[in-house]
Amino acid sequence: MSPRDLDREPRSQGSDKAGAVSRRGFIQASAAVGGGLMLDFSLPSFAQGSSAPEAAATLNAYIRIAPNGETFIVSKNPEIGQGIKTSFPMIIAEELDVAWKDVRAEDAEVNPQKYGAQFAGGSLSIPMNYEQLRRAGAAARLMLITAAARTWKVPVEEITTSDGVAYHKGKNKQATYGQLADEAAKVPPPNLATVKLKDPKDFKIIGQPIGGVDSPKIVRGEPIFGIDVSVPGMKYAVYEKCPVFNGKFVSANLDEVKAMPGVRAVYVIKGNVTELDAGLFNGLVDGVAIVADKWYQANKAAEKLKVVWDEGETAKRSSAGFLSQEAELAKQAWAQEIKKEGNVEDALKSAAKVVEARYEYPFINHSPLEPMNTTAHFKNGKMEIWSPTQMPGGGKTAVSKALGIPENNITLHVTRNGGGFGRRLSNDFMLEAAAIAKELGEPVKLVRNRKQDMQSGVFRPGGFHHFKAGLDAQGKVVAFRDHFITFSNSGKIAGSANLGPTEFPAGYVPNLEYGYSMMPLDVPTGPLRAPGSNTIAFAFQSFIDELAHAAGKDPLQFQLDLLGEPRPPVITKSPFGEQVGFNNARLAGVLKEVAEKSGWGKKKLPKGTGMGIAAYYSHQGYFAEVVQASVAKNGDLRVEKVWIVGDVGRQIINPSAGGNQVEGGALDGISQALGQQITFANGRVVQTNYHDFPLMRMNQAPQVEVHFLKTDNNPTGLGEPALPPALPALANAIFAATGKRVRRMPIETSELKWA
Amino acid sequence: MSYTINVNGKPRTVDVADDTPLLWVLRDELELKGSKFGCGMGLCGACTVHINGNAARSCVTPISAVGDAKITTIEAIGDTEVGKKVQDAWLALDVMQCGYCQAGQIMSATALLQKTPKPTDKDIDDAMSGNLCRCATYVRIRKAIKQAAGVPLDDKREVV
Repeated sequence: MSPRDLDREPRSQGSDKAGAVSRRGFIQASAAVGGGLMLDFSLPSFAQGSSAPEAAATLNAYIRIAPNGETFIVSKNPEIGQGIKTSFPMIIAEELDVAWKDVRAEDAEVNPQKYGAQFAGGSLSIPMNYEQLRRAGAAARLMLITAAARTWKVPVEEITTSDGVAYHKGKNKQATYGQLADEAAKVPPPNLATVKLKDPKDFKIIGQPIGGVDSPKIVRGEPIFGIDVSVPGMKYAVYEKCPVFNGKFVSANLDEVKAMPGVRAVYVIKGNVTELDAGLFNGLVDGVAIVADKWYQANKAAEKLKVVWDEGETAKRSSAGFLSQEAELAKQAWAQEIKKEGNVEDALKSAAKVVEARYEYPFINHSPLEPMNTTAHFKNGKMEIWSPTQMPGGGKTAVSKALGIPENNITLHVTRNGGGFGRRLSNDFMLEAAAIAKELGEPVKLVRNRKQDMQSGVFRPGGFHHFKAGLDAQGKVVAFRDHFITFSNSGKIAGSANLGPTEFPAGYVPNLEYGYSMMPLDVPTGPLRAPGSNTIAFAFQSFIDELAHAAGKDPLQFQLDLLGEPRPPVITKSPFGEQVGFNNARLAGVLKEVAEKSGWGKKKLPKGTGMGIAAYYSHQGYFAEVVQASVAKNGDLRVEKVWIVGDVGRQIINPSAGGNQVEGGALDGISQALGQQITFANGRVVQTNYHDFPLMRMNQAPQVEVHFLKTDNNPTGLGEPALPPALPALANAIFAATGKRVRRMPIETSELKWA
Repeated sequence: MSYTINVNGKPRTVDVADDTPLLWVLRDELELKGSKFGCGMGLCGACTVHINGNAARSCVTPISAVGDAKITTIEAIGDTEVGKKVQDAWLALDVMQCGYCQAGQIMSATALLQKTPKPTDKDIDDAMSGNLCRCATYVRIRKAIKQAAGVPLDDKREVV
C-alpha cells in the first residue's frame, strides 16, 4: 500500500481485500519494547500456530496489525486461570487505541530476550508489566500516527485516534490502522521512556469487565490444555516413582510389565537429585517409565509393576514423628532468631495478662484439576516440548542441565494451564517427560494419574507457631513472641517454610521477638498461592483475635488500634523492581470498609452463628475479610457468607477476571480450612485422591461479596492476596459462634460441638 | 475388542479392552479432548458426559457398559437448546478461571436444566456437588445456571 492509498481510503474500506493481503510482505520493525530489553528481531515475532494472515504488519514484539484491522496482541505470560491472556492484551490495546472487538490475543513464544521474564507467579504480572505494556501499546500507536502524519504532511501532534482509526480533523483525513500498518512498521520505534500515555480518565478498555479470550473455546471443549496436546505418532507414558521421595531404584519386574497390552517400552530412568534447596523443585528422581500406545494401557500396566526401592532415611519421616519433634523443640530455646525488639521477657513479667497459644497447619497439595503432564519429542539432538507450566524458563533450564541438551536445541510451547496455584512453577513433571522422550526418540505424552500427582507434590509446608503475648491493664499489646517450628531440607529452611522479620505486628509492639527451629523433612516444598502468607495469616490473625477477646475489645477496633497512626511505607529494591513496603493505613482502610459492608458489630446473631474478621497484606495487596459462619450443636459447620474488601491500587485492569480471582482466592482459603491436609507415614504421603484430600464443593461454597477500595497507588496483582485472610476470618467466626478457638487446620468439626 | 458406540449422534467403532473407561475412548481413540481427566474415580466430575441424557462420569464407565446408549459430549452439547443456553450463560457471566473443570460443569448443569428447568439453590447444590472447581468459581456457576434457566440470579440460601 502506498502512502497515497492512505489518503483516499476512508475507514469503511478498511476491511481489506485479498489482493492487498497477498502483496504485503512480512515486515519486521526494530521496535524496542520493554525496559532495557535487548530485542532479537531475527526471531519470528509471534507465536507459532497463529491463525493470523502472514501479511499482518509487525509493529513491535507484541503487536501485529492486519490490513483488515484485526490486531494481534501477544500475551507474554502463561495463562493459568488468572486471566492474563485477556488482561495483558487489554492494557496494550488501550494505549494502542483499538477497539477490543478487533483484538486477537495470542500466546507468546518463550523468548526472554524479547519479552523479559515470562512466568505466572507471585501476583507479579501486573505490577511488573502494567507500565511497560502500556508503553508498548503507546509506542505502536505513535508509529501508526507518524505514518499518517508523513502521508498527510501534517504534524503528528495534530492526529487523533479512536478505535483503530487515525484522524486529521483539519484536513478531513482518516485512515484505519490496517491501512497504516505497513508504513508504520517502517517508522523507527520511539523512545519507550518518553512515549506519551493516556490519561486514565480516558480509558475505554482498561477497567471494563471483559470476558476471557479463550472462554468460547472452553465452553465448546476445544483442546487447549496441555493434557489435550496431540502430536502425530505420539505414545503415552506414566512414570512410576518410589512412594518415598527420592527412593532409589533397585530392581523390578520390567518384563512382566512389558508384556501388558499396548505396552511398547518399559525402562528405568536414573534421577539427579542429591539435595533439596529452598528454590523451586526442578529435579528428576529415579523411576520406571511405562510407554504404551494409549494412556489407559500405560496406566493399567503400571498397576502390575513391582519395584524394589531403596527408600533411604526419608522413610523414617511421619506426621506423628513431626508432632513429637515439635513438642521437644517447643520446650527449648529457638535455634535461630528472626527478629528481636525490646525485652519480651521483662514485658511479659509486668503484663496485666499473658496469653499463650499453639497453632498448627498441615502440608497441602496444590491439586490443580489438570494433572501434571507434558508432551515431548526428542529427535536429532533437539527436544520439542509442549507443557502447561507457570515457569517456562525454569523448565527449559532444568531439561537442558539434566539431559545435557543445549537450551537453544530445546523448543518449549506453553499451553494453557488447567490451574496452577504455584504447583507448575516447579517443572519436575516437564523434566520427567523430557527424560522419557530422550530415551524413546518418539513423541510421548506423560500424564500423571491422580494418586501419583497427589503423592509427588511440591507441598505447601506445614508448620507450628508457639505464641506468647502480654497485654497491659488497658488491653494494649506490650509483648509478642512467636517460636516458629518449621522444616528443613538438606539442612536449610525448606521452600516457603520461612517467617520474615517484618511480619506484622513486628514494629507495632514495643517488645517483640520471633525465632525458629527446624526438623528435617527431605520432601520438596514450595510456593502455594500466597506462599508463606497462606499459613502465617491464619496463625497470626487468629492469635491477634484471641488477644482482642482477652483484652475485652472488639476485634476490629483492636486491629485498628494495633495498626495505629499512618506511617510512610518503606520502599525497597527487589529483583522484581521497586517494591513499596507495608502501608498500615491501607490495611486499616480495607478493615474499616469491610466492617461497613458486612454490618460488622451491628447485627444480633443467634448463638451458633458468628462473624469473624481478619486482614492481611501480601503480594502488595491489602485484603480484609469478614466471614459469617454457623455451627450446629453437633459441630456441623456452614460458611454462610464472605465479605471482601481489597486494595490493589488505583486501577482494576479487568473487574470481571479480577473479581473472579478474589472470589476464588477467598474460597480457596476456606476450602483449605474445611479439610485439606497431606500427612506422612513411613515417608509416604497417605492421601491419594479427592476423597481423602477434599476440595470445596458447590454445596459448601458460601455467598461472596467483593469490593475494591481504590487508592492512589500503582496497580498490583490479584491472584494471591485475597486468600490469606479467609482462613483466620473463618476461624474467628467459629469462635464468635461457639466460643471454640480453632488453632489447628484443617477444621475438625467434631471439636466444634456446643450446647 | 471391537465396540460401536453412539457418540454425538454418530456411530463410532473402536477396538479397545473391555474395561477401558469411556473417557479414554473419547479422548485418545476418538480425539474428543473436551471431556477431561481429573481423578479417575468419579470424584471430580471433570469427565462428565451425558448417557441417554443423564450426567455420567465417563472415567468410571467402562466401554463394555455403554451398549447402544446415546453419548453426548461437551463438543456437541451446544447443539441442544439447553446446552446452548448454558454455554451462553457461562460466557455472559465470565464464569471460568482456568476452565479445566468447566466442560464437566456445563454437562452437569445442562442435565440439571433439561430435567428441572427452574432449579432452586438446593437443586443446584444437589446436581452440581459432584463437580469440583479447584479455582472455586462456584458463585458464578450458580448464577450462570440461573441465568440459563431464566430465573433471578440472587442466592436464596439463608444467611442469618
